[in-house]
Amino acid sequence: MKRIGVFVCHCGINIAGTLDINKIIHRISNYPGVAHAEHYEYMCSDPGQNIVRDTIKDQYLDGIVVAACSPTLHETTFRNAAKDADMNPYMVEIANIREYCSWVHRDRPEDATEKAIRIIRTAVEKVRRNESLYPVKIPVFHKCLVIGAGISGIQAALDVANAGFEVILVEKSPTIGGRMAQLSETFPTLDCSQCILTPKMVEVSRHPKIRLMAYSEVKEVTGSIGNFHVKILKKPTYVDTDKCNLCGECVNVCPIIIPSEFDRGMSMRKAIYMPFPQAVPSTYCLDEANCLGLNPLRCSKCQDVCEPGAINYDMKPEIIEEDVGAIIVATGYDLYHKEALTEYGLGIYEDVIDGLQFERLLSASGPTSGEIHRPSDGEVPKDVVFIQCAGSRDEKHNPYCSKVCCMYTAKHAMLYKHRVPDGQAYIFYIDIRSAGKDYEEFVQRAMEEDRILYLRGKVSKVFKEGEKLVVWGVDTLTGQKVEVLADLVVLATAIVPRAATPEIVNKLKIAADGNGFLKEAHPKLRPVESLTSGIFLAGAAQSPKDIPDAVSQGSGSASKAIGILSQKKLQHDPTITDVEEIACGGCGICISVCPYTALSMDDRRNVVLVNDVLCEGCGTCAAACPSGAAELRNYTNRQVREMICAALSKV
Amino acid sequence: MKPSDNGFEPRIVAFLCKWCAGAGADLAGVSRLQYAPNAVPIMFNCTGRLDPTFVLKAFTQGADGVFIGGCHPGDCHYLTGNYNALKRVILLEKVLVQFGINPRRLRLEWVSASEGNKFARVMNEFSAEIKKLGPLEKLEVSRCE
Repeated sequence: MKRIGVFVCHCGINIAGTLDINKIIHRISNYPGVAHAEHYEYMCSDPGQNIVRDTIKDQYLDGIVVAACSPTLHETTFRNAAKDADMNPYMVEIANIREYCSWVHRDRPEDATEKAIRIIRTAVEKVRRNESLYPVKIPVFHKCLVIGAGISGIQAALDVANAGFEVILVEKSPTIGGRMAQLSETFPTLDCSQCILTPKMVEVSRHPKIRLMAYSEVKEVTGSIGNFHVKILKKPTYVDTDKCNLCGECVNVCPIIIPSEFDRGMSMRKAIYMPFPQAVPSTYCLDEANCLGLNPLRCSKCQDVCEPGAINYDMKPEIIEEDVGAIIVATGYDLYHKEALTEYGLGIYEDVIDGLQFERLLSASGPTSGEIHRPSDGEVPKDVVFIQCAGSRDEKHNPYCSKVCCMYTAKHAMLYKHRVPDGQAYIFYIDIRSAGKDYEEFVQRAMEEDRILYLRGKVSKVFKEGEKLVVWGVDTLTGQKVEVLADLVVLATAIVPRAATPEIVNKLKIAADGNGFLKEAHPKLRPVESLTSGIFLAGAAQSPKDIPDAVSQGSGSASKAIGILSQKKLQHDPTITDVEEIACGGCGICISVCPYTALSMDDRRNVVLVNDVLCEGCGTCAAACPSGAAELRNYTNRQVREMICAALSKV
Repeated sequence: MKPSDNGFEPRIVAFLCKWCAGAGADLAGVSRLQYAPNAVPIMFNCTGRLDPTFVLKAFTQGADGVFIGGCHPGDCHYLTGNYNALKRVILLEKVLVQFGINPRRLRLEWVSASEGNKFARVMNEFSAEIKKLGPLEKLEVSRCE
């Protein structure tokens, strides 16, 4: 039988002020298996820890229970103390008699003392059948996969690469840069977005440690922290980048004209195209879906005109396989689809546009070279209405705040006034949320210097009357109905998760929150980690974010990834499930309840196997196993049953 | 909380997950919220560990009530453990009736790490309810019900 020691802490008067320590010691020393019971004023102090260390050795103890504060505070302290005394740290249990007892039953000291005795007994029962455990050691591939090359993914990739680790940066579209490349100027400094972004894009393409895979998609991810195996599909661009001299003749002859995604339909592009002049990688891409045909019928105009012979219609998709130690997911955001906002005329009237379309109008590299011309007739709009929270903070659409719209709408209105000084900008808003460094000052500047008319209230309807768009709203500060005749309406449409997010969630086995954004491991304390170890989140894929936040989270996830990549071997908590093969009937119920796909069927022997690395130790399988073959280490069925008996024992 | 008039102090086992309900109970302690001392906590990593037989074991061992505290739906640290606990509790409620035990003696609550108040409140409510039901001594509901 194990020799168990019990150490009761007074915690000054925090415990001893309510509980009868002598009674506890008396009752516990008589409890079966308890070889030694001791109490001290502050067990966590150095002398207290010394008592624990010395007693373990002097009394030849096999396991100990420390009855003190919550295990979140000093479990590690006492496990380390036990380790110093050559005891396995998993032979230490904490009985929480402070938060769970003395602090919450101060007016009933006798009952509280009895409860404390029972709490300590449950811990003794647990220790009695605890096994010595050793951390699971996992080898690590010193390489990082970054999915998505917007500003957040770019920052993450650069940080990891600059720390000396190889990075594979996968981007679905033909160029990196993401949403930030589409923006005109950025709040609150009015920096030109492309001017500050493109140097980073070039740095990515030149970095010796970064393997950039544009126009590629992650197809499959298997394995776990330290040892992910990924399959990446490299889509054919049909243009040999080594041969292409960027003359652009192919674009001139291509007969297909379709709306440009980069300009959000405000301009046209050809089937062979470069999204924008500073695109990285700097090359053309033949869009297979819109080309007249690659095989066997082809128009082949681009190939005929291409002097260096860079166009290759026989290019095939490639699957590239890589092993990585950590994954950073920075897949970005979409804007709320326009069909959902018909009450504002989005998708119905040409002159009702979303915020990103207005960014393209403002952009010096945009379809109008930065001059404001409305889409329908190219006139300069003299009255522009901006509508905030279009689809955000609205039960009918999305309940959350999209976070960046207050700021970019102020910027839009300000830039519009700079371009069209005799124009009038109106902003309908619910609240102005300008929390951020220099943000509030920026909004004040828009109001005071640029004379933008802020109207507090929601817009009910936008409709066309003659040449004008009529905007019906209410000014809740005066209680008046407001009607504005506008030439252009700009909606700050809600930021929503990428349409492909559920697919990403499934492939990576991570989670999404109620609104469809990627879910972090803890909303406050683990904001860059996903619930799956080794996979980190960055940027607006996790929640709506502005550029500084996206960059910070990119760096944050990079440092988390570096924390894994810089280790020779990883350690994993050994409190995981074991399946006793002889008892396993191969029913597979445990496999169906495991949230981590840590269990798999050995079809040949018809037993379930546990992946030590993937198992997080929730114990759901152990509870579901009909034969008792699956057991959570140190939380076995037998242990719990004995703990239940102890919890109900007579004092 | 004063001992009730009938002098009966129920014995309750509380299975708590360490991430939510357990942390909520810690917060109740740190906030010095006072509640009935009847429940003895048994900690799990996750309520997904709750084998239904643990509840039956507690009742056969003399518990007058069994409490289960887990994370709110969608907040489970292990993604879906709390849903499994919920399914098992729904099943157990039916089984308890078969055994002649009032299913109100079993209570599942979602308590987050920030809900110290809620933890103290449900502890008081549950203790009071079990007090009202009295000790678990004999069949309480007919098997035919």
